[in-house]
Amino acid sequence: MLNRMVQYTKARLDASFAALSDVTRRGVLEQLGRSDASITDLAERFHMTLTGMKKHVGVLEQAGLVTTEKVGRVRTCKLGRRRLEEETGWLERYRQLWASRFDELDQVVEELTRKEKVDGRKKRK
Amino acid sequence: MDARRGSEPTPVKNRTTVERKSEREFVVKRTFDAPARLVFEAWTKPELLKLWWAPKSMGMSLVACEADVRIGGGYRFVFGLEASKTMAFFGRYIEVTPHSRLVWTNEEGGGEAAVTTVTFEEKGGKTLLVLSERHPSKEAVDDAIGFGEGLRETFEQLDELLVTLGASG
Repeated sequence: MLNRMVQYTKARLDASFAALSDVTRRGVLEQLGRSDASITDLAERFHMTLTGMKKHVGVLEQAGLVTTEKVGRVRTCKLGRRRLEEETGWLERYRQLWASRFDELDQVVEELTRKEKVDGRKKRK
Repeated sequence: MDARRGSEPTPVKNRTTVERKSEREFVVKRTFDAPARLVFEAWTKPELLKLWWAPKSMGMSLVACEADVRIGGGYRFVFGLEASKTMAFFGRYIEVTPHSRLVWTNEEGGGEAAVTTVTFEEKGGKTLLVLSERHPSKEAVDDAIGFGEGLRETFEQLDELLVTLGASG
């Protein structure tokens, strides 16, 4: 059982390693970090044939570093799920920070409201 | 300020929402059960900002809090992390419209500054607060999110693998 896990992990690492050992594939990852792109876009940018770029993207996809989606005749490539997970996690931490700030701000504002009422009463007296 | 807490029923807290508006912009929204005048006051007086900007529930504390809230005025918030570690956030106010709008720059990152806009919209004695953070580029957002870090982690794993391969080869 454990051995299986190790083998699996090793296979994943081998795939990642193979995927990243090529300068073009590292370039493609950087490019997709900036924006999604079609295979055609990528082939043009890296001065390559469509077939050549398809192979590179295939290797990145196998390693889970990139996902692709075909809409009509265009296959769009984006960074793999890892990026999405990071973004979701970050957004939630960001929301929690503001939520806890605002919960404390509630108390400050409540106190200001109370003070204003007291001061108003004093002034009327 | 805390003396009366606990003896009164705790009101249900209003919800804070966050939305990624575009590649470069995040929007946070929250309603407060008080007029805009008072909410605005809590955003513009350093002695009040100090009470809520570094939430205790997140394990934060402020070691310095300066805010000169007028156009061109500066602010500086210094968070204490561990005993010796502090983190400073600073910038300038570029728009100040009493009770309705505040805009400031975030200059701690160096380079082109991110800009924060806060609007206070009063309706029926409550205030809807909308805060938007606009970053100079998508790359700046990626850095903030830590995507760079994620990729670094992958490379670190590969480094380890190389060491292993080297050792067994």
